[in-house]
Amino acid sequence: MEVAGEVLASESQLHVLAVDDSHVDRKVIEKLLKISSCKVTTVESGARALQFLGLDEEKGSLGFNGLKVNLIMTDYSMPGMTGYELLKKIKRSSAFREIPVVIMSSENILTRIDSCLEEGAEEFLVKPVKLSDVKRVMNDCIMRGETEGNKRRRVDKRKFEDDNHASSSSSSSIPSSPSSPLPSSPSTAATSSPLHSLKRAKLRDHN
Amino acid sequence: MERNPMRRQLASLRKSLFDQGYLDEQFMELEQLQDDANPNFVEEVVTLYYRDSARLILNLDHALERRPLDFSKLDGLMHQFKGSSSSIGAKKVKAESTLFREYCKSGNAEGCMRTFQQLKKEYATLRKKLETYFQLARQIGPMESANRPK
Repeated sequence: MEVAGEVLASESQLHVLAVDDSHVDRKVIEKLLKISSCKVTTVESGARALQFLGLDEEKGSLGFNGLKVNLIMTDYSMPGMTGYELLKKIKRSSAFREIPVVIMSSENILTRIDSCLEEGAEEFLVKPVKLSDVKRVMNDCIMRGETEGNKRRRVDKRKFEDDNHASSSSSSSIPSSPSSPLPSSPSTAATSSPLHSLKRAKLRDHN
Repeated sequence: MERNPMRRQLASLRKSLFDQGYLDEQFMELEQLQDDANPNFVEEVVTLYYRDSARLILNLDHALERRPLDFSKLDGLMHQFKGSSSSIGAKKVKAESTLFREYCKSGNAEGCMRTFQQLKKEYATLRKKLETYFQLARQIGPMESANRPK
């Protein structure tokens, strides 16, 4: 709806790219984000998200409309490219890996949460997403923006803590990554933010 | 036409939807997002839900006619249906979808079919109640139904 000129004028607003194959969920997340004073672009698939970012292999890495994306929120289960696959592509791209990515999923599966966080997701939100979830993500995002250096240190710290948690995972459902936290003790997780989300995700299991 | 009795009726209708378990707190979350700029937001979301649901129910009906049943495909379709039902707070429909998925996982054809019939009933009931609700809300007018006390 916005023209390029208006878009350039509102650089101070966070621009969020929301990816979800569900029409209902796209409408809801768009509203949640707009109410939280964000600019929103919604797309229905990982492929479209990459196109929007300009990460098409053919087109090279320039954003196709030049509008910077500050945050990506993506559904996990989508046909074609999953949110996890999208996350990996973004984190492995030199142009876009600094963009925080939040995963949303209706399924509160520990190994899934773990894989996403391992791959660099900022948060894992259990659906249905609430306004309080979005506000919290926004706050984290703003804090991150102000302290990019701290973020790098926090990532390293997280890896360090994960390595310390690693041990005899006897369950065969745990992925091969050695730094997976133990499934039986989420409540003793360290207080670094991604593990906080993990604990919160567990607590919000309301199937 | 008096507004107060209609407003009371609307509030009562709304309360019964929650008390009887048709809707859960996610519906309230959507109501919180409604404002003067978007006075029909909830109804718009629910209308999208009807559209998605119609498509999914049709696909599920077709998939349930195949022999043998493709449980993986059924589960996939129901996952989508459960997701959107959850997003609007459709509590009973969501519960039936969860049950259906459990039958898919255990390969229980009869369970799937029985549950699907029940799900369609719940969906139809919910839809009818919501249509009544929104119709009444529209009659009362956007100002009064948008600024709902928390």
